[in-house]
Formats: sequence, structure tokens, C-alpha cells
Amino acid sequence: MDLSVTLPQLLGLAWLLPLVSFLVILFFGPRMGHHGRNAAWVATGAIGTSLVLSLAAFVSWLGAHPVTAVHHGGDHGAAHAGDHAEASGHAEASGHAAAVEGSHGAGHDAAHHGPVAYSGDWYTLYDGGRLRLSIGWYIDSLTVLMFVVVTFIATCIHVYASGYMHDELHEVTDHEVTLADGHHLHRPGRFPRFFQALSLFCFSMLGIVIAGNLAMVFIFWELVGICSWFLIGFYYERKSASTAANKAFIVNRVGDFGMLIGLMALWGALGTLHFADATAAGPDGRQVTRPGLFSLVRPAATGHALRVPDGMVEFAAADKVAGTPAGEVASRVDTWRAEGFGRWLLFIAGVGIFCGCVGKSAQFPLFVWLPDAMEGPTPVSALVHSATMVAAGVYLVGRFFPVLSPDVLLVIAYTGAITLFIAATIALVANDIKRVLAYSTVSQLGYMMLALGVGGWVAGLFHLVTHAFFKSLLFLCSGSVIHACHTNDMRKMGGLARVMPYTAGTMLVGCLAIIGAGIPFVIGLSGYYSKDSILAQALSFAQANPRHAILFYAVAGGAALTAFYMFRLWFMTFAGEPRDHHVAEHAHESPQVMVMPLVVLAVLAVVAGWTLPGGFGIANLLEQSRPAGTVETATGGCAFGQTLTVPAEYLSHGEPFHSVATWTAFGTALGGVLLAAAMYVWRVISPAAVAALFRPVSTFLANRWYVDELYHALFVVPAHGLAAVASGIDQGLIDPLINFLAWTTRQVAAVDAWIDRTFIDGLVNTTANATWALGLELKKLQTGSLRQYVTFIVAGVVALFVIASIFFREAFAG
Amino acid sequence: MMPVVVAAAPVVGLINQPVGVAHYLVVGAIMFVCGIVCMAMKRNALGVLMGIELVLNGANVNFVAFASPYLQGEGSRSLGLDGQVIALFVILLAAAEAAVALAITLNFYNNHATVDVDRADDLKG
Repeated sequence: MDLSVTLPQLLGLAWLLPLVSFLVILFFGPRMGHHGRNAAWVATGAIGTSLVLSLAAFVSWLGAHPVTAVHHGGDHGAAHAGDHAEASGHAEASGHAAAVEGSHGAGHDAAHHGPVAYSGDWYTLYDGGRLRLSIGWYIDSLTVLMFVVVTFIATCIHVYASGYMHDELHEVTDHEVTLADGHHLHRPGRFPRFFQALSLFCFSMLGIVIAGNLAMVFIFWELVGICSWFLIGFYYERKSASTAANKAFIVNRVGDFGMLIGLMALWGALGTLHFADATAAGPDGRQVTRPGLFSLVRPAATGHALRVPDGMVEFAAADKVAGTPAGEVASRVDTWRAEGFGRWLLFIAGVGIFCGCVGKSAQFPLFVWLPDAMEGPTPVSALVHSATMVAAGVYLVGRFFPVLSPDVLLVIAYTGAITLFIAATIALVANDIKRVLAYSTVSQLGYMMLALGVGGWVAGLFHLVTHAFFKSLLFLCSGSVIHACHTNDMRKMGGLARVMPYTAGTMLVGCLAIIGAGIPFVIGLSGYYSKDSILAQALSFAQANPRHAILFYAVAGGAALTAFYMFRLWFMTFAGEPRDHHVAEHAHESPQVMVMPLVVLAVLAVVAGWTLPGGFGIANLLEQSRPAGTVETATGGCAFGQTLTVPAEYLSHGEPFHSVATWTAFGTALGGVLLAAAMYVWRVISPAAVAALFRPVSTFLANRWYVDELYHALFVVPAHGLAAVASGIDQGLIDPLINFLAWTTRQVAAVDAWIDRTFIDGLVNTTANATWALGLELKKLQTGSLRQYVTFIVAGVVALFVIASIFFREAFAG
Repeated sequence: MMPVVVAAAPVVGLINQPVGVAHYLVVGAIMFVCGIVCMAMKRNALGVLMGIELVLNGANVNFVAFASPYLQGEGSRSLGLDGQVIALFVILLAAAEAAVALAITLNFYNNHATVDVDRADDLKG
């Protein structure tokens, strides 16, 4: 079985099926059964088939590249540096893949070679000059894994949503929308519309995952944005929902602006946006290899070590290139590179792409949209927060990792640290169950970014996968709770564990997973493994770069906060006595179709992090795709004028980092849980008293660090002010000018009309009147008397004779 | 006034002259004037038609008179019958005109029970 052919076929089909579902529901949705009931079947069937295809791809991948434990020893010498070409597959533009791994069984020793990857193009949009745009694929184990995760979670959410959204199957009375006449909004159900958007959302996300070049990533990036806009604003009659949808869209545009700058920097300097090398027949028939971004930045010649590419050096040193004979440019590039030319360009490209990820993955300072995105239906929140939208940012950082220089990584790490800390502190005091989860998502995304930033490529993406499972579980659980209680406010819940045992149990699993619970060194839930590897890598980084030790403390502190707020949520919701009897009386366990996905996801939240005997596990699977040149510790100059060491990830698996990280994680998590229990179960410490004691802090946190207010003051108010000024200019200057012109025109027209009526019309009327009067006079001659006519004739003839005789006598006489 | 007074003298002198073209012209003129007066004075449509005949025939007399060989030079190459031929045409036309006019009169009589031309003022402006 040739993977280079089957993988693009399987995954391409899995990618396109949701698009087919979208189109089918778009055109035939309202006619699918009563109120479009069958749209759910179409969408679920499509994504389910995608899941099956993804699993087939996954299995065939495992067949060709068995996952085994990766052993890193100290025997990594320089011997293997640069001796193997990057293993990226080569493919012709026509789409005939000819992927060849650099070596067989690369999974055994991915460290020695580049990662196993297949790439190629399905369809070339344009190829000419420096411009090559195509729809293509780049498939490595990360792609395959993400396909399975995304389609799996999306399938669960589709099933869940077909139960959750049943209200939309008939006329809906929206109690949150009051019309001008005092009644609540009454509207037809929008069941098919929901699944239509959900399908497009899945298609867009899978498009990002499979994309073989940044241009394609950008296209689907924006598609994800518009889908989130559709879904967050699903209840668009509610002002809060439409505002939240617009906010998510606009905030993401801010990040995408940076991404565009990054794209321009890459394209302008390097002339390609493709990840992998491509071989195509040149104009003279010879095979020409066009290097992709990865091999430009990390050429085989340097042993895949990061190097500012020639294109960027020449671009930055344009003045020097202009003053150098054409033949000598190539020989001087190294000199210019040593002088630092192009380094800033690489930095800008990396930070630019990261800006897009900041928007999509809700990192500081653009995280404000995510909590507001809770306005969408809960299945959407689950999808947005786990497998699709926010995952896209982390995924892209992971995919783009080889191009990121150490200084960009530092920016990413600090952004992640700030994000995880701010979001975790806000989650401490939030009372809306979905908002707690939203801020928890932001915080966990901060973890992933930080992990990637400190060099933990596997750690960050590992956490992305495990987080996808337990966060979608947590959201679906919260949806189940909301479905039962009809409120989001945790202060009205309590004691629900008795009436909703499945929801309570699965949510407890989710909470334990997210805090990384486990028996140290023995076994744990999925979060235990991924979080520990992040902690270990952060510790390793902090030791290598003592001045950045704060990154480790942020991670450790964040872990304690996570444990506290997650168990605060669980205790407030499920433990103790009901606080609001009205709510408690109506609470009930959710229907089977909603509980089933919870159980399935709960199982995965437990086992997703496990490594089986023999080495099979997600972490080792990801290890296969580790970018070339990131295996060993790298020390590099930083654009900020410092030297930065990015420690090798395998070092963090060893002592002392591993045990310190494990104990730190265990201790902080236990501390957080105990504190939450003390406050909300045993009531040893009164939350109100604590809040009162730290009044300024708790107010500060309850107001979400005043970030929204800050943005309101910094951007919204000036924008409104500018709009007011523009409106003032419009109304005070332009409108009067227009009105004056109009008034003048009217006056001129009035004079004109007077002239027209008086003179022109007068002349015409006078002529007509004269003609009329003459006619009246002449009429009198027409007497009708025959004898009179004869008399006239005679008189006329006589008169003619007389005239002729008198005046023309001479003429006749002749 | 002068030409009219002067012109009267030769007409008086014609009485003493032998009959020539001028005499015929005088007869034609008298017939013409009589016809005109008849047309202008008679109220009976048939009388008016008779006046028309007089006018036409007055003119005919003139044509025939001017066709006299005495008035034609020696070098004339015509047959000398131009006037007579035209007179025949006029008679022919007068006959046709009389037929049409009589038909109109008959119709008018049928509609108005009279042939008084003063009553025929339907086309008065």
C-alpha cells in the first residue's frame, strides 16, 4: 500500500465530506423532513464517515510507521547532521504524489532524519514567476492525529447537538428577546441552519489541518472565522449574541492583519508559501526542486539548524545587493547573514504568523472574544473550544514551528504565560458555568503556547490533543447541566449530582483530567501526562535561561489555579445542597443521545495520554513528526540582543526535571483541590470572607482585569469619538454645503421658471392667440352664401383689373 | 378713371363700323356680364346654373371671335381652328359640369325641400 497515494485520498475525502453535507443542507435543508429534521442525519453521517476515513488513514499510517518508544541517548553526534535530505515527499504539481521517505521506518529514529511527511498538490491555481498557489496537502503524523481528533470530537458533538438543538425543530419563543410591543420573539426553528454551519465549520478546520501551504491555511483560517461568526451569532436576534459574534470576528481580524504581514514577509522575501519541497518539471523538461519554507529556513546543509534564508538576507540587504556585481551576490550572502541582515525579517514573519494564532487561539491580548463566544449554543462552544477554532492557532504554531526563530519562540512563551495567568485568575471568580470553562480554555491554550515557546513541541501539541478531549467533555457536561437547569449561573445550582449522576460523574472525570490528576509516576488521566511534560520542559528552559525562570513559575502557579477553579465549579454545581429549589425541582438527567457522547469522551479523557507497553501513545506518535533540526538543544542569537538556549525536549523527560515537574504538578493540583473543597464543601473558609478580605483584588478579577473596559476606552471610545467627529463634519459641514447648493439651485431654477413662463410661454401664447383671433375674424368671410361668393369673385376680378390697369399699364400696353 | 373714359369712345364708334371681331367681343362681354349678374342675383339654384352657362358661352364667343382668319397673319401655319376647338371643349365641360351641378341640386332639394341657394349655408364658418 503506497501511503503517498492513499493518505491524500483518504484524508482528502474526509476533508470534503463535510463540504458536501454543507451544500446538501444549504440547498435541500428546509425540505428534509419536518422542519429539516433529517439535516442532523446528513451532517452527522458526513462527519461520521470522515471519522471512519480518518481512522483508516490513522491505521494505515501506523501500519507503515509503527509507533515505538523514542530513546534519546547522549550518542547524538554531529555524524548525522546534514547527511539526509528532508523526508518530505515530493509531488508533482499535477497531483501525482511521489512521496518518498528519507528512510524507511523513520519512526524508529526520527531524531536522525527529518520527519516523515507526504506533500503534494491536488490542484494548482496559478503557477508563474514567483507566484505559485495551489490546493495541496502536507501529511505527517500530526495531520493524521488531528484529523482523528477533530472528526471524532465533531462526531460526538454532532450526535449531542441533534439532541440539544431539538427546540429548533418547531416554532421557537425566545425568552431572551423582548420585542418593541413587549412580547417575546417568536420565530421558526433553525435546525438545518445549525447543522449546515457546523458542517462548514468542520470542513474549514480540516482544511487548515491538511493544508500544504500557508495561502491555503489562510483561506481556511478565514473560513473558520466566518463559521464561528455564524454559530456564535446563531441566536442573532439576541443583542448579546450578535455583539459577541461581531466581537469574535473583529478581534480575529486584528490578529489576521498580523498574519497577512507575516505572509507578505515570507512571500516577498522567499517567494513561496509551501511548507515542503516540491519537484516539478521545469520549462526545459528537467526536474526542478522548489524548496519549501521548511528547507529554506532549516536547510540540510546546516544539519537542519535554523538559518536566516538567503532570500531574506538579500531582501534585507537590498542596498548592498544593488551595489554588488550579480555574480558575487551569492558568495557574499554569508557575510551579510553574519552581519545580521534578514534576522528581523524572519522575526517579523514568525511574529506575524503568530499574531494570527493569537487571534484564533485567544491569546493575550486578543482573548476577549472567547468568553463572549459563550453566547452561541453549547455544542458550538464545545466545538470552538476544543477541536476546531482555538486549536487552529496552536496547530499552526506547531506546523510552522521550524520557521520560528528563538526570539519568536520567546515572544510566544511570554504571550502564553501572560494568557494562562490572566485567564486562570479571572476563572477564579466567574459565576457563569460556561464562562469558567471559557477562561479555563484560554488558560489551557496559554499552556500550549508556552510549551511550544519553550521548545516543547510535542508537549504543546500533546496537550492540544488531550485538552480537546477533556474540554469538549466539560463543555458538553455543562451543556447538559444548562439543559436541565435552564440557567448558566452556578450560584443557583448545587446538589445536582443526585439527579444527574452521569453528567456529574463524567464532569468529574473531565475536571480531574484538566488538572492533571494522577498517582505520581504510576498512572494518571490524560492531562497528567501532557501537563507534566509542559512543566518539565518549562523547568528545563528555566534552568537553561535563568532570566526566564518566571515562565516555570507561571506554569506551576497556573496549575494550582486550574485545580482550584475547576473544582470550585464542580463543587458549586454538583455537591452540597441545592441553593435554588425552583431549579433543583426541574433538574433531570439529559436524554440518552446527549449522555452517550459524554461517556465516550470521558473514556478518552482518561486514556488519551497513556503510552502502551511497546511505546504506542500520542506523544510518541507526535515525536515522528518533530520538525527537523529541533531534536537537539539549540542555542541562538536573539533579536533582542541576548543569547537564548532552547533545550532539547528529550532532556526534560530525564531527571531531575521529570520528577520535579511531577511533584510540582501533583502538589499544586492537590493544593488547589483542597482549597476548593475547604471553601465550598467543608465550609471551613467562607468564600465571601475571602472575597471581602481581598476586596480590591476580587473586584479586579470579577471585572476580568478590566480588559474589556480598557479596550473600550482605548479602541471603542476613540472609534466612537472619531465617528462622532466624522458625523459632526458630515452634518455640520458637508450637509449644509449640500443644502446650500440645493437651495441655490432652487433659486436659479425659480428665476429660470419665471423667465420661461413669462417670455417663452408668453411669445408662444401670443402667437397662438393672434392666430386664433385671425382665424375668428376670417371665419366671418365664410358665410356659406353662394351668391355672396360670386360677388366676391367678381369684385376681386374687377379689383385685379383696376390694379393692373393703374399700376401695370405700361406692361400691358407693350 | 382716365382709361375707362377713353375706352368708352371706341365702343360707341363701333355702331358705325362694319361687323368685325370687336363686335363679337362686345356681344361676348355682354353675355359674360349678364351671366355674372345672373349668378350673383338669382336665389334659385337652377338660375345660378343658367348664369354659369351664360358666362361660359360668353367666353366661347370670345374664343371663336379671336379665331377669325382676319386676325391671323399670313405666315400662320395653324389650321385656324384653335378657337373653335377650345369652344367645343368648353361646351363639353359645361355639359359635364351641368350634370354634376344638377345632381347636387337634386340632392339638396331632397334634403332641404328647396333649391334656394341662400338656404345652402351648412358650411358657414
